[in-house]
Amino acid sequence: MTVARKSGLLHLSVLVALIGLFFMLPPYHSGNLARIMVLAIYAMGFNILFGYTGLLSLGHAMFFAAGMYGFGLAINLGGFPLLPAFLIGMLSAAGLAAITGFLALRTTGVAFMIVTLMFAQTAYLVILYFGAYTRGDEGFVIQTAKRSVMGIDLTTDSARYATALILFGLCFVALARLVQSPFGRTLVAIRENEERARMLGYDTGAHKLKAMILSGLISGVAGAAYAMLFGYVGATFATVQYSIFPLLWVLLGGAGTTIGPLLGVFFMFYLIDFSSSLTTAYMLIAGIVLVVLTMFAPQGLMGEMRKRVFTWLP
Amino acid sequence: MSNGTSKKTDFSRRSALKGIAATTLAATALPRFVQAQSASPIKIGFQKHATGIGAAYGRWYDATTQAAVKRINDDGGINGRPVEIVIEDDGTDPKRGAEVLEKFANQHKVDVAFGTLFSHVVIGSAPRAGELKLPYFVVSEGHHVASGMLNRYTLQPGITDVKSQVQSMAPFVAANLGKKVTMIYPDFAFGHDHRDFFSKAIEAQGGQVVAQIAIPPSETSFTRYFPSIPRETDVVYHVMVGPAVLTFVKELGEFFGPSRPEIFGFIDSLEAVDITSPGLEFLEGTYFWEGMPRHAQAENSVFDTAYRAAVGVDERGASLSDSKDVSTYAHMFGCWETLNVIKAGMESADYKGPDDRAKLIEAVEAMSEMPHSMDHPQGPKLFNGKTHQVFGQQYISKVDGGTLKVEHTASIEDGMYEDEVDYTAQSF
Repeated sequence: MTVARKSGLLHLSVLVALIGLFFMLPPYHSGNLARIMVLAIYAMGFNILFGYTGLLSLGHAMFFAAGMYGFGLAINLGGFPLLPAFLIGMLSAAGLAAITGFLALRTTGVAFMIVTLMFAQTAYLVILYFGAYTRGDEGFVIQTAKRSVMGIDLTTDSARYATALILFGLCFVALARLVQSPFGRTLVAIRENEERARMLGYDTGAHKLKAMILSGLISGVAGAAYAMLFGYVGATFATVQYSIFPLLWVLLGGAGTTIGPLLGVFFMFYLIDFSSSLTTAYMLIAGIVLVVLTMFAPQGLMGEMRKRVFTWLP
Repeated sequence: MSNGTSKKTDFSRRSALKGIAATTLAATALPRFVQAQSASPIKIGFQKHATGIGAAYGRWYDATTQAAVKRINDDGGINGRPVEIVIEDDGTDPKRGAEVLEKFANQHKVDVAFGTLFSHVVIGSAPRAGELKLPYFVVSEGHHVASGMLNRYTLQPGITDVKSQVQSMAPFVAANLGKKVTMIYPDFAFGHDHRDFFSKAIEAQGGQVVAQIAIPPSETSFTRYFPSIPRETDVVYHVMVGPAVLTFVKELGEFFGPSRPEIFGFIDSLEAVDITSPGLEFLEGTYFWEGMPRHAQAENSVFDTAYRAAVGVDERGASLSDSKDVSTYAHMFGCWETLNVIKAGMESADYKGPDDRAKLIEAVEAMSEMPHSMDHPQGPKLFNGKTHQVFGQQYISKVDGGTLKVEHTASIEDGMYEDEVDYTAQSF
């Protein structure tokens, strides 16, 4: 069996499993899984830049928030229907990523981290500054009546799960194809040795900018999807904490793997959910588990699997 | 197998009398819900700020909740069933808050959820409460409930909202402290609410806000903002919150020295902080809004005295076990009163289980007057079923010798405003 067929089969199996889980799991866990899929889209967006291109951004929350606010404000203030509003959310995130990338990609390494962090902090303060429209730190609600498309109420459990699955599936399959395409291979080449990639004739600057825009766009899809499915838009999602989360998820699941982000979000979600029922010091438990995983599985869960078992894993 | 002889039983008249006596004693000594001991408990999900920026509030909201539930259970529970509190930490985070509500509804199978304070957590959670059809009783003081932003499943019957609080301060400020006010507030939604509501309210009293000074939330030093306070200012109105508030007060004191305008603030700035802490000397002679007076007054109500004892708080609003552990006294009564409203609502609706959730909401919506009592130790209240918001008295205290002494009690009517929503028109 070729690598492409194995990969296709694996990704298809994941999607089939996610469909099956909806019917097997009790409501609480299927609800969690809908949320996990939305957050996994965010992690996949982050993974394009960090896992495949080797650029560590500490400001990705601004793209998530751009998608969220682009969508939410288009609905609540602009009066747009759901689908055009979703498109506006996506474009907001991609546009912000293009501007940020154009400026921040003049730096590398630690400077890139700092510059993206500063951009994200600015984005957060802009949300607070325009509190008359954004309701600042409190945020705002998208009413149930506005969260339906083609007569389908997205606030029901089944519609929410199906929508999360469709969006996740589209991003998941598209990214799996992308990272195996010449463009994806070039990103990996840049990650491994940018000088060599440039010497081979690749325009690394243009590739990195495209990766940044794509990463921001996917993160924005997640932000808009969160607002659409859970009905809330808030500045908390633009804070530095929400820039650190995708880094943790991707490191945990396996940077530079297509399945890693989903696994990382899933693991982290249930780690916090379970440990918080044991103690208020649940972040300590989460921290210890992360340290142990970093020590014994430094490439993340799927990274270790690829190293030891499935060497063909994309 | 019988051997033809009657076996002497242990059951004698003496032992029977002992048994009857013991049973009678137990029945009178134990709470009344023993009569319905087969009934499962009423489960109330408590969304607690156990970690994150709201942790100080969360700890005291928890203590108040436990005390209120103990009292309810000691009095026989709700409809003869004991009350059980299920606690989940929301991390003072709106995403986690919504997840916690899902956990309450789908995993813990609670009857209702209640408790949270921070507005962004309430607003982030409320849509899920509506979708899960889970009654969500918030103790937030935000205007988000009465503004119509939320839904029929979200109610605030135990604490007044910021619009009402701010509005009811204006008559006292204009009449006693001065008509030209400079406002200093944090540059986010909480501060903006104060700015907008108070500006309008003081104008209605013939006063005027002469300057609005918004402080960015990331600020740690404030001296550079104080020269913007106009000389004509009669009153400085401040509502700073967060860890930098001690620096704010200290620097304000250093800026003005002995000659200062009148100072009026919201105790939110100093909840869980000892008013006699070093650096806060400047607050002597200044005024504060208090939701419920932290320091016991000379003529304290019997309800406040009993409430303090039940929650474990001394006359200065600190823990009985540690006088340095100051409570969030101006807000936490909201948990006590909300739980009593839930009890009254469930009893009125003859609540049996989740199928009666809509009946419970309708029963609470039908409530109106809530007299000053052990159920409502903060003071009398008026509940507006259409807006799902309660209205009540507000207190203005002056710092006198390191003690907060109540100078004025704003009436319920001072804090009332036009309805902005009618939730009863929404379907379940």
